[in-house]
Amino acid sequence: MVDKPIKGEKRYFVTGNEVVAWAALAAGAEIMYGYPITPQNEVMHYWTRLAPKYNRKFLQTEDEISAGFATCGGVLSGARAFTATAGPGNTLMQESMSMAEMMKIPTVVVVQQRGGPSTATVIYSQQEVTMTCFGANGEGLRVVYSTGSHQELYDYTIKAFNTAWKYRIPTFVLGDGYQAKMRESLVMYDPEERGIKMVPTEKIVGKEGMPGVEREPSHLRNTYNTEDELYDVVEKLVRDFWQAAPEIVEHQEFDCQDAEIIVVAHGVVTRAAQAAVKELRAQGKKIGHFRPVTLRPFPREAMKKAIANAKELIVVESAEGQLDKIVKAEIYGCSKPITGYFKPGVGITAEEIVEFINKRG
Amino acid sequence: MALAPNMPKSWRAETKPHKFCPGCGHGLVLKALGECIDELGIQDRVVFGCDIGCSLLSWDFFNTDSIQTHHGRTTPVLTGVKRARPDRICIAYMGDGGGYAIGSQHLVNAASRNEKITTILVNNCNYGMTGGQMAPTSLPGMKTETTPYGRDVELTGNPTQGPEMVAAITPEGAYVARGTIANLRQLRKMIKKALETQINGTGFSFVEALSACPTNWRTNAKDTLHFVEKEMTKYFKVGELKVPGEKEGK
Amino acid sequence: MAKEYKIALAGEGGQGVQSVAGIIVEAANDVGREALYIPNFGVEQRGGVSIAFVQIADEKIGSPKFKKADIVIALSDRAVRRTAEYVDQRTTFVYDSSIEGVEEALPKNAAKVYAIPAVDVAKNELHPRVFNIIIMGAVIEATKVIDLESAKKAIEKKLGYKFEQDPKLRELNFKALERGIELVRQAGIS
Repeated sequence: MVDKPIKGEKRYFVTGNEVVAWAALAAGAEIMYGYPITPQNEVMHYWTRLAPKYNRKFLQTEDEISAGFATCGGVLSGARAFTATAGPGNTLMQESMSMAEMMKIPTVVVVQQRGGPSTATVIYSQQEVTMTCFGANGEGLRVVYSTGSHQELYDYTIKAFNTAWKYRIPTFVLGDGYQAKMRESLVMYDPEERGIKMVPTEKIVGKEGMPGVEREPSHLRNTYNTEDELYDVVEKLVRDFWQAAPEIVEHQEFDCQDAEIIVVAHGVVTRAAQAAVKELRAQGKKIGHFRPVTLRPFPREAMKKAIANAKELIVVESAEGQLDKIVKAEIYGCSKPITGYFKPGVGITAEEIVEFINKRG
Repeated sequence: MALAPNMPKSWRAETKPHKFCPGCGHGLVLKALGECIDELGIQDRVVFGCDIGCSLLSWDFFNTDSIQTHHGRTTPVLTGVKRARPDRICIAYMGDGGGYAIGSQHLVNAASRNEKITTILVNNCNYGMTGGQMAPTSLPGMKTETTPYGRDVELTGNPTQGPEMVAAITPEGAYVARGTIANLRQLRKMIKKALETQINGTGFSFVEALSACPTNWRTNAKDTLHFVEKEMTKYFKVGELKVPGEKEGK
Repeated sequence: MAKEYKIALAGEGGQGVQSVAGIIVEAANDVGREALYIPNFGVEQRGGVSIAFVQIADEKIGSPKFKKADIVIALSDRAVRRTAEYVDQRTTFVYDSSIEGVEEALPKNAAKVYAIPAVDVAKNELHPRVFNIIIMGAVIEATKVIDLESAKKAIEKKLGYKFEQDPKLRELNFKALERGIELVRQAGIS
């Protein structure tokens, strides 16, 4: 029996990519499939150094199309499998993720967002929100956790495996280049020791017993012959998704109760938003912050409640309105003015949020 | 229902008769494959993957666990299965478009990495399911829906020599062959050797099967057979290109 | 928001700014403070100005990058020019006195601008390889984000395996650290 990768609880000071590798190990991931792309590379670097010590495997594929589909194959065979990517790699991976959506393949993908469109920068952005939530020809039947710190990268990478396998929904951990490359402290732990039970995996193909004799064969497909046949399938997928959604959605709110203005932000930008709220409150202004942790499914009811007393919303993101679009769709019917503070591909600080709000008077 | 006497044991009777067009070569290739699965006694270990194109109609063909994937992506899906579960016998079944065009990078790299999977590629010189467009394997001068005046190799290149390419990039231990539905006994032997290669774990195994598409070729039975036996073999030489333990160039 | 100490450390590749940043934040973390370090990174594997963004505080830190630093340390001509954007009227700007021809590029809006002869001391007094440790001494003295003992411990942690082979290296590194501290005191920064 190989030792557990993490024993007890211990504070670490490492990069986010290393955090992801450790979290996947701690979660019992058996195999990673990957293809080099910055700023995700070190997830593979750490995984390939650590994996053999814990009897885990790695395959470097020829591209992200292959990495995504190989992950689907690994998962179908019953392995807790994952991949990690970014930017143009995420674009290529959408094809396989639409298959995962259709066939309910519990894949886990860690995305470290980089600048876009196109090759852009290898640094940072929040421009992969639309793609990660709704990419490819599909209905956005995925779970997307948007993390904002190393602790969350660790917690939600572990959680992603459980969400994926419990509900059989492809699950994404949406980080970014900052989180990938920066160092900060976090506490790593063995999930079981914390009472987090890892949801068991299941062989979806390659089951025991003679197919057709002792059991039915697994015949999996994503192609349908008639509209009605497809509709039945998709309708069931959609129903399952929305049935699971209330158990999956997560959010955080900060001083929303009496706030006149509520800053809406996700991912690493929540850090700036939280600091800005603190500062503005200190200046005597009634400001709050609402943060969706799951971008898909979106914590709609929680948000409607949180903003009930507000006069105005300000959506702050490192993209040209990708979160903004989701927010507007989710709170449809809300007549409060919504202003955007958009910085596509650029980091956002607390100071500039404070300045933006103060300038508006 | 009782199995017809000539139906392989690993076939799923409930899904027969199959849905391929009359005269299509898929049924013959899948019969050869089914017989090999029976002979080797691996039905309970097989994970069968089929591509998009006519090959997808085989998704429920066998009493084996089966995954119908995306166009060109059967190779990576089964690579993923095999890497996670090396005890499974992974068979990737695809057409020439899936293997040599949209999924060519996967074929090339799976071959280079010597993935311990078996790829069976059915070459019928065109995209059948989408209505008979030019494929990488369409013959020079061949009329298709996207080469209505005949395939001009100056503009579109020459037919892809798949097994030759795979043989060139695989290391010793791999198995590479081209068979034909015109010689089923030989095709069956090739598929069996390919599966044995995977069972022995020596390397990648690849069989291209020359096949027929009378629907899109718009040929009668006689002309269909003629095309497979005489026209296709001018460009696509039937035989083994690489056998584990044997010197190349056999 | 002002409770955090924001440090921008910039130089040429090979000057060791990233490794210094790494040791400082490790040291801060080891004494239980919150630290966040992010290197600038681009598509180039080498070349270009290397900048380390470091923040140290007692509470969890906000956004990983910042617009304005409390202290900027620039170690090359290009680094001086590149870091101007991180300077405002609260910033202490420190550069190496060996850099020539940058007078016009020195920030006019900084709270204070100092030159320290770190390159000179490394080259003529100690050893070029401990240049980055001199800078580390300068940073901890100018900011007080960690004390001397913690700094030494952190260096030991990072380079201990080398010291075991050659104990003189330990002496050299600790000397460099202390010289860095002195340079800052002499310049009147702390």
